Amino acid sequence: MSTIELKQATKKYGDFVAARDVDLSVKKGEVVCLLGPSGCGKTTTLRMIAGLERITSGEVIIAGQRMNELAPEKRNIAMVFQFYALYPALTVGQNIAMPLHHEKISAAEINSRVDKVAEILHLGPVLKRLPGQISEGEKQRVAVARAIVRDPNCFLFDEPLSRLDVELRHSMRGQIKQVLANLSKATVIVTHDQLEALTMADRIAIMKDGLIEQVGTPHEVFAKPANVFVGSFIGTPQMNLVEAQLQNFSKGKARISFNGQNLEITTNERVGALKSPKITLGIRPRAFATESKASTENIQAKAELIEPMGAETLVHARTQGGNDIRVVVPRQMRVKIGEALHLRPDPSQIHVFGEDAKAVRA
Amino acid sequence: MSETASMWEKLGFRKASGVSEAGWGQTLFAGLISLIYFLPVLLIIITSFKLQTEALAIPPKFIPTHLFGLIPDAYVFTPTLENYTSVFSRSMTAGAAAENTGFDRYFFNSIVIASVSVFLALIIGTLAAFGFSRYPLKGNDTYLFVILTTRMLPAIVVIIPVILMFRITGLSGSYLGIIMLYTAFNLPFTIWMMKSFFDELSLDVEDAARLDGSSDVKVFFKICLPQVIAGLAATFVFGLILTWNEFLFALLLTGVDTRTVPVGMSQAVAGGGIGVLWGLLAAIETLFLIPVFFVTFFLQDHLLRGVTFGTVKR
Repeated sequence: MSTIELKQATKKYGDFVAARDVDLSVKKGEVVCLLGPSGCGKTTTLRMIAGLERITSGEVIIAGQRMNELAPEKRNIAMVFQFYALYPALTVGQNIAMPLHHEKISAAEINSRVDKVAEILHLGPVLKRLPGQISEGEKQRVAVARAIVRDPNCFLFDEPLSRLDVELRHSMRGQIKQVLANLSKATVIVTHDQLEALTMADRIAIMKDGLIEQVGTPHEVFAKPANVFVGSFIGTPQMNLVEAQLQNFSKGKARISFNGQNLEITTNERVGALKSPKITLGIRPRAFATESKASTENIQAKAELIEPMGAETLVHARTQGGNDIRVVVPRQMRVKIGEALHLRPDPSQIHVFGEDAKAVRA
Repeated sequence: MSETASMWEKLGFRKASGVSEAGWGQTLFAGLISLIYFLPVLLIIITSFKLQTEALAIPPKFIPTHLFGLIPDAYVFTPTLENYTSVFSRSMTAGAAAENTGFDRYFFNSIVIASVSVFLALIIGTLAAFGFSRYPLKGNDTYLFVILTTRMLPAIVVIIPVILMFRITGLSGSYLGIIMLYTAFNLPFTIWMMKSFFDELSLDVEDAARLDGSSDVKVFFKICLPQVIAGLAATFVFGLILTWNEFLFALLLTGVDTRTVPVGMSQAVAGGGIGVLWGLLAAIETLFLIPVFFVTFFLQDHLLRGVTFGTVKR
């Protein structure tokens, strides 16, 4: 049974709909990331679970109990805030102990629990300091410590790493993942950083304009994006999206044309059943192979800009019809500006999106 | 190069980090400006040690010592404590025995009335401000505006209905009456000040406290209040100064037993036909200055933080 369940949860502010019909369930021990651009409603969704926002319609069920009307302090939820939200007048130790004061346990028990989490998160030396006197990274760990010190129904993280510098972010990502794995609770993490979501989550819910666009494992949302938005949002460099016309379809092969180029691709039967010939092709920059001569199965383009990325090289190329294509090639392949490229997309990695922007899959 | 402590640092003054030391010229200039501000107070303090004849002398006698013969006789007065002794007890007519002037009572009244009403206003006002800040009503701003309207008129305009109300309710001349009035008088200012302090606080911290299991009441006392101590101190001092010096309401609404110092002062200096008793007046004023002076002095760290609150955050 799921620990957290949102059923058609909607939050409106006046006429503005911050979250619309959100359906989400998180199992015990599962980490779900809410991912999306700013203003997509992911934080609102998190706050609805926490009870900090009253939901306009729908249902919030936590640990089998309907929570719609329950105040946040009664929901037994631990949350880590983006700006840490430490109590400025209390020491680090008191901050961590704060949630325990509402559980009926002895002072000795409180101390031992605080010491235990302080050890897990390496906070021993700063327990007596005030939040204003510790580093960003330490503040972040205090915020996590305060959440894991008790035994809540679930954990909520609001952009937990956004304020840390790159290096710290990497190490904290690993630490949090480890801590969460040991606790085995339902966890929801809000982030706008896809790398964070892909690395930490068991499942990712991608949101846009208050709607959940797709929920799936990190592998699924990357390999099988449900629509154009998810395709373009997940993965760096960004997926190439080309508007094209479906000419005809026979025996698993589709003939497609865009801006004067013809392309023959092997694809699934459902593409042949499309009513409208207007489609969008989605091909990731790493899904191309370069061929020595032009054919109907490759795309002709000229290298315009070359960005070495270390292990690989990102090439910005332009087709004759004016489509920009990003291609990632191995480091060893020396591409010169102006060089003609024959790019053959891997048929298993071509995403066809119909006129409604939804992916067409077998 | 070795770090040498400046004279001010040796005296225990610390400069803010990252601020370079002011030069002598700047320090002198600042000293001059503050002297201009302080001059009236200084004159009052000096005058309080003079006899009536010396207080009225022209050219003014401004120093109590010859400084080893440097200052000519004409500018020197002989300091006396006579004014201070006669604040509390003096003969009201020439040759008569000394009697109580009632100022001990007036000082007691001033202290009780001002501190009780400012504290009351602080308690009620802080709660109200928190309400306005965190649980806004429909038309919140209108209510805030209405609260302030009572302070938009000069006191003299408001006084007539107040006198009538006091007469009908029998509150005239009572402690309860004047304390209630001063509390009401301080509330608008307190609410507006405290609301601005509460508005500055991070809401995340309060949300965190809620999720950690705190009720709204606990959030207020444990989380919000400790963060606005500076604001409370600033509001308290400003309110205290306003109330301590208030004259008009006190004149018209206090009785003989509840009279405050400003009212007593205005009546004591009449001087029985020989003009204003400047020395006596100055002595009362000096004594009157002391309580507020010390409260402000001890709270001044908070005061500065209170006034500049929120200007340097994030």
